[in-house]
Amino acid sequence: MPFGNTHNQLKMNYSAAQEYPDLSKHNNHMAKVLTEELYAQLREKATPSGFTLDDVIQTGIDNPGHPFIMTVGCVAGDEETYEVFKELLDPVIEDRHGGYKPSDKHKTDLNPDHLKGGDDLDPDYVLSSRVRTGRSIRGFCLPPHCSRGERRAVEDLAVEGLGSLDGDLKGKYYALKNMTDEEQQQLIDDHFLFDKPVSPLLLASGMARDWPDARGIWHNDNKTFLVWVNEEDHLRVISMQKGGNMKEVFNRFCTGLTKIESLFKDKGHEFMWNEHLGYVLTCPSNLGTGLRAGVHVKLPCVSKHEKFGEILKRLRLQKRGTGGVDTAAVGGVFDISNADRLGFSEVDLVQMVVDGVKLLVEMEKRLEKGQSIDDLMPAQK
Amino acid sequence: MPFGNTHNNYKLKFSAEDEYPDLSKHNNHMAKALTLDIYKKLRDKQTPSGFTLDDVIQTGVDNPGHPFIMTVGCVAGDEETYEVFKDLLDPVIQDRHGGYKPTDKHKTDLNYENLKGGDDLDPKYVLSSRVRTGRSIIGYTLPPHSSRGERRAIEKMSIEALNSLDGEFKGKYYPLKDMSDKEQQQLIDDHFLFDKPVSPLLLASGMARDWPDARGIWHNDNKTFLVWVNEEDHLRVIAMEKGGNMKEVFRRFCVGLQKIEAVFKKHNHGFMWNEHLGYVLTCPSNLGTGLRGGVHVKLPNLSKHAKFEEVLTRLRLQKRGTGGVDTAAEGGVFDISNADRLGFSEVEQVQMVVDGVKLMIEMEKKLEKGGSIDDMVPAQK
Repeated sequence: MPFGNTHNQLKMNYSAAQEYPDLSKHNNHMAKVLTEELYAQLREKATPSGFTLDDVIQTGIDNPGHPFIMTVGCVAGDEETYEVFKELLDPVIEDRHGGYKPSDKHKTDLNPDHLKGGDDLDPDYVLSSRVRTGRSIRGFCLPPHCSRGERRAVEDLAVEGLGSLDGDLKGKYYALKNMTDEEQQQLIDDHFLFDKPVSPLLLASGMARDWPDARGIWHNDNKTFLVWVNEEDHLRVISMQKGGNMKEVFNRFCTGLTKIESLFKDKGHEFMWNEHLGYVLTCPSNLGTGLRAGVHVKLPCVSKHEKFGEILKRLRLQKRGTGGVDTAAVGGVFDISNADRLGFSEVDLVQMVVDGVKLLVEMEKRLEKGQSIDDLMPAQK
Repeated sequence: MPFGNTHNNYKLKFSAEDEYPDLSKHNNHMAKALTLDIYKKLRDKQTPSGFTLDDVIQTGVDNPGHPFIMTVGCVAGDEETYEVFKDLLDPVIQDRHGGYKPTDKHKTDLNYENLKGGDDLDPKYVLSSRVRTGRSIIGYTLPPHSSRGERRAIEKMSIEALNSLDGEFKGKYYPLKDMSDKEQQQLIDDHFLFDKPVSPLLLASGMARDWPDARGIWHNDNKTFLVWVNEEDHLRVIAMEKGGNMKEVFRRFCVGLQKIEAVFKKHNHGFMWNEHLGYVLTCPSNLGTGLRGGVHVKLPNLSKHAKFEEVLTRLRLQKRGTGGVDTAAEGGVFDISNADRLGFSEVEQVQMVVDGVKLMIEMEKKLEKGGSIDDMVPAQK
């Protein structure tokens, strides 16, 4: 791999024009922003840990475009990436996050009492509820860039922190590389297991190196709170349960996350966060809250309605198949979640999901009875 | 990606034990050779272009083992890799190349007139004959490490050199990224087209970055001489034709190769070669001649014989499926080629194929008639 600053210096023997990638067939945020001038300006820079421009953009060069979704096409290798390469990343962030400006401030709100309602989504329609986010541990490089030593240190810290949780959150860690067949099958049946990524978007960024070393899954005994260690981010924190009680899911999410954060702080480790970007994560699309709150909900009628796309857009929601991103809906069941990550707080985003899904279920019931939903059309949030 | 010397120096904060890969489930040459002590010794080194130990071994860390074949598990990023990391690569080379010692000298012989016979392999059995090798251009880093500027410079030089060929070698270059659908289909039909690698062995080494930029295929008008540019090596040179006239294939191979080398030398860019390792290529398995001379041959009876493998081993030959490495034989047709690369000259290796295939066809004919081949089993070459 050619990405450290020695080879970066060697590359300076070639002109910017000679090194500038061919993005003519590309359709991702990075390709929209990275002009040859910008490439020339940034190509000799490196973050303190040695992450270079080519490191940032490699995944976007190797993956010209996605049929369903406009991909980001760039990643961060450490906290400083967002500063050193701001001339590239600020416009990418602005385009991806609905006009979020370099001077904007992001609000963090993990107080679950601020959520109104959310405990009464109709379980005949809402099959399950889930909230996830990511966290990065300050002082370590991010998954595209981290060494085995760093990754193992992150795993050690995570295992230690999670090991001290108790009550409803008491649980166990399953290291990917030591998993028994029985444990593996159970985790698959619980829909908890993550495997080595196959998406070329992720592989090209370097985050799957040394798999499965220092990767693992921690979950509580109740199987409602789950942490992925060293997948696309240092930590992915997930709260989930069957049915439509999003309020309880969000409660557990906030409580667990706050506990984990204070456990890390006790050991002298913070999460990467700043008042402009909120929580700092590997992919620019996850900045801010890093939060995706969603439900699996039966919408066979609404999903066939010609205004379905428009409704989702106005509600600031997004649809995915029940296998997650890159999958199709099966049997009229959709994964509906917040589309935003940055510029809205956690409470704001979960509120949008709760209110939006409530409305969608109402619309579904109307259409079932053959009635119109025109009067239910929401305004743009 | 974390492989330049800034991040390499940063990694030194972690102990060798913390950074040393977990190779407990691995079965490749790198894993056999890389002890913790060697890792310790080599981890702070890098080549002048910035290739580090982790760069060398990443593919072997990410790919624990192959079911059919003992993989190498390490690559070179430039000519100097084989010197700077000799404490790892010498034992790998020795193990892979039949005991070849650090003090051994390799003989190059591209004088096709030294080949005896080879023009009379029975075309009822031998469907096609092919000889390939690789060449690296001095002064450039190798595919796992090269930048876009370097790769494009190699492409430019290659096109210039190949376009200067005439007579039986007159031909045309088809860059992968500008290929029309029609050209692409023709190249597929001719069995010439190479595509972006899918093998995780290759992908993990970094050689597929920026695909398909600066990759292409050149072939002569007769479609019997073919050059791949910037695939696993800077150049892969291939001579092939239907039938069993290996003598003619080898003649064309040697003549074409030497013509190409002369053009590169004129521009002060010879091929990487030294008297110990012969031709220097990306994968340690291809050092020496880099030559694989082979035929597609029908051996439905012999291949089912209990002694088939033993015969191949004694003849210093290797079998593959007709799709190349990692494929299975179809309809009793096998790809039979020389097993060796280093320590034998080009002429010697092609001689082994010619003599060995001749013998195996005789055995096949005997078995067809229900006879025994016990008295035909050769001594170990």
